[in-house]
Parts: sequence; C-alpha cells; structure tokens
Amino acid sequence: MNQSRRQVMQLGAGATVVGLVASAGLLPVTAQAADAPGWDAKLFEAKTLDEIAKALGASATESTEVSIVGPDIAENGAVVPVGIKSTAAGVSMLGIVVQKNPTALVATFSTKDGAEPNFATRIKMAQTSHVYAVAKAGDKLLFSKKEIKVTLGGCGG
Amino acid sequence: MPNPMRMRANVEGDAVVVRVLMSHPEDTGLMKAPDGKIIPAHFIQSVICKNNDKNVLTCDWGTAISKNPFLEFRFKGGKSGDKISVTWLDNKGETQTDTTTVS
Amino acid sequence: MRLRLKRIAALAGLSLPAMMLIGACATTAQAESVTQEGNAYLKLMNEMGGNPADFNIDDGKKLWSEKRGPKNASLEQCNLGLGPGVVKGAYAQLPRYFPDTGKVQDLESRLVTCMETLQGFSAKEADKDPFAKEGGNASPLENIAMYVAHESDGMKIAIPQHDALEKLSYDNGKKLFFYRAGPFSFSCAACHAESGKRIKISALPNLTNKEAAVSYATWPAYPNSQGVARTLEWRMLACERQQRWPAPKFTSSAVIDLITYMGVNSNGATLHTPSFKR
Repeated sequence: MNQSRRQVMQLGAGATVVGLVASAGLLPVTAQAADAPGWDAKLFEAKTLDEIAKALGASATESTEVSIVGPDIAENGAVVPVGIKSTAAGVSMLGIVVQKNPTALVATFSTKDGAEPNFATRIKMAQTSHVYAVAKAGDKLLFSKKEIKVTLGGCGG
Repeated sequence: MPNPMRMRANVEGDAVVVRVLMSHPEDTGLMKAPDGKIIPAHFIQSVICKNNDKNVLTCDWGTAISKNPFLEFRFKGGKSGDKISVTWLDNKGETQTDTTTVS
Repeated sequence: MRLRLKRIAALAGLSLPAMMLIGACATTAQAESVTQEGNAYLKLMNEMGGNPADFNIDDGKKLWSEKRGPKNASLEQCNLGLGPGVVKGAYAQLPRYFPDTGKVQDLESRLVTCMETLQGFSAKEADKDPFAKEGGNASPLENIAMYVAHESDGMKIAIPQHDALEKLSYDNGKKLFFYRAGPFSFSCAACHAESGKRIKISALPNLTNKEAAVSYATWPAYPNSQGVARTLEWRMLACERQQRWPAPKFTSSAVIDLITYMGVNSNGATLHTPSFKR
C-alpha cells in the first residue's frame, strides 16, 4: 500500500491534511479522502492487462490453469454475467480485466483467507472486448481470455 | 437507504457457497443525468466477507461492477449454522453489513 | 416455412438438415442460432440468480401487511380471485372476472380495487404514477404486484375462461392484437404472429399460440436495460409506445384484454417470476 496514504489515514484524514498531501503530488489523481482503506486507485486506473500485471509486480502469462465463463454475446453490456476460476498452485488473488473498458481492471478477489479460487459476478462492458480472468501466483499473473460481444438486443424484453 | 443485501449460503459438497445480491447504484462517474450534469461516481470499493467473524474473502472493486452487484463465492471448512457476514464500503465512505446463516 | 421444407425434403428423399445445408433456409438457421446466443445470455443470467427484483418482492411483502391509507388498513383481506387474503397461486389465475366489480381484472387492476375498498385510497391516489422511470424506484403498487406475482412462481398458468366476460376479454384481446393502428399501421401481430423471428439478436416470440408462454410465463421481470422491476401492464405500455400508438391507460380493458389473450394462450405453462430480461 502507498505509504503516504497510510499516513494520511492514521492522522485521521482531516481535509487540510489530505489537501497538503494532494498538492504535494503524493496522492494518486483519483484517490479520494472517502476511499475504502487499501483501495488502490492507481491499479484501477490502469489501461491494459500489462499495466495491471506490472502494478501487481507480476508478468502476464497465458495459462490453461485459469478459466473464464461468460456469454458469447451480451444483449446488454451493462450487465454481463462472468465466472472465473483457477486450478493453479500458490494463487493469492483472482481478478477480471476488460481490455476495452475505459479502465481495464474490473475487480480483484483475494484467496489468502480461504476463499476458493472460484467467483461469479456481473460486470459492465463498454463494447465488444476480450475479457480476462487473471490469477496472481507469485510473480506471474496467469490469464485466460474470452471474447464477449456486446450488442444491442431488440425491443425491451 | 439501500435495501438489506439478499444472501443465501448453502453447503454444496465440501464447500459453503454464498450468493449475495447488494443494493448499490454503481455509478461510474461517466454518465450524465437528464439535465446534462455528470452523475458523480458512486461505487463499492471494498467487500469483506466473514465466516463466524473470521475473514474469508476480501474484494477490491472498480466502477465496472454492474448496478445492484451480485457476488458468488465459496470456501471450505464451513458448515450448516455458521454465520456469514458481508460488508461493503464505497467511495463516499458509506458502508453496509448484512448476515445470513449457512443452511 | 419449416413445414413446407419438410414436405419438399420428404419428396426429395432428403433429411431436413441436409436441405438446410443446401441453403434453402439459411436465413432461418442463422436467425435461430443468433437468437440462441441472445437466449443463452438470458439463460446464464437466470441461472446465476441474484435478481434485483428480489428487493421489490421484499418491499412488496411488507407493504401487503402494512396499514395504509385513510382507513389505516392492510391489504391482507384483499380477494385476488381465490378468496380474501389468498395470495399463493392468485397471479397464475389472473386476469379473471370479479363479481364485486362486475369486470375482468388483472393483477394491478385488482390491487387498485383493494387499495380503494380496503384502504380507502381514492381512485386517483391508488393508481397515481405507477411506473418508475428507468433506473428509478418502483412504486408501492408495483412492489406489491412483484410480491403477489412471485407467490405464483413455479405454478401452472390457469387463467379461467368460464364467465362470458372472461371469454369476451380473450376475444377482444385477440382483436386488439391483430389491429393495425397508429402512423405506422403497426399491430402486435406485425412482430409477434410468426415463429422463428428476431429483432437484432432478441427472439420475437409468437404470442398467438402456445409459444406465447415463452414470454408470458417469465413476467413480471427485471429488464437490465430498465434497471427496475417491470410487470406486464408496463410491457403493454412499452410495446404500444414502440408501435407509435397512443399510450394506453393504466389498467384499462385494452391492456387487460391483451394480457388475457396472451395469458390464456399460455395456459398450462409454468411461471418463472421474476426473471431477467435484456
């Protein structure tokens, strides 16, 4: 975690303190005083899978030990059901990345406390894109990808 | 005031599977209201799930999680009667916690 | 189309799939696979669960027992067709004739009646602004409707056609379904009277026969594009708006009769509500 942010929170994050830190250029651009503790604004600003891997101290490697489940075509890009899984050893975190979204990282799920590397959720896709399931195993960010087409359905249901 | 989360936790094989539906607008900060003004970003950033008060899962989310987020996760070592709690924190400093019992 | 091809195929001694390869109905095959993709998306959504309409059902259940209106009474004595206070299975048998009002009523129409007679709401208050705008919050009436409908989830649709007015409702609904009107001379039938059709990648169910159940049995629903739970009363309004018809009045017999027509065509099918829609 960014050391300066931890200090800000320990000081009680009064508005003036945050302002000072911000003007000193230490806070990431989109970080806000009310951000949840530990939420990495920089990571969520990353534009590509490689940027995300780098920010996590890993290198992106395609792997058959990660899988992603989702529709081939989503009639509504605002709600796309996605499932991600990993069978690799030493995985500490799983994540979802949408290459063509304004910011690529959708979510991370930590498996350090016992959660199985198997998650499902619904995500927003700005347009047809490759969607990646990622799994951090040491200095490798294993990934598997699937193209999900986003198109407009017909009338209204 | 958002609705309480709808949660179900069942034993499936050797794992407890939890399904949660949260009530949250998940505004990206990129959309405009009918009056032309940008709707400010308002989204869940952190999700903390516990089994009997012990952390099982922490998630970090961005703006691309769909409105009214759905989450399915599972863990080993749980059993019927265990108490599952899910807490979310958003970018405005708001928070909500709900619990359910593993059936 | 398919039947004619089958006959041709039989005459030519070919199996139907072989005929399709020849390209005779390439477009139908294409249409089917594309709508299957669209349908696969909805199938995945419904399998995953976690439908936001569940929140509406929770709210509706509370409102059902809450004392409201000038008479400070709950809806717990409301007769939805199976006796006062019987909610389980009631939606599966609506619309139906009610002797106390002398007319065929659908879910929302009957809820409005109960809000007026049991709770003392005026007609104006009871059905005021029933539909939320996109992404908004459902009205109390619609929340109650979602709850009542969900109490028929998993049950077979069994809309009665005994009373003369019930039969008339079906006949009028059918007439309206095929009625061309508005600046585009558009009828419901223009899109929904043939099987195997689609618009973009959304399947267009044939609502004139048993196939109507494909659609009817999955309402009320949560259309993702609406961001709020919706009932068939809303869907009729939305269809007619797209047909460039004048907006029908909430709980008018025009809307109720259309619902009767499609519902009776769906009799015997199992209700799955709430479901996801695009």
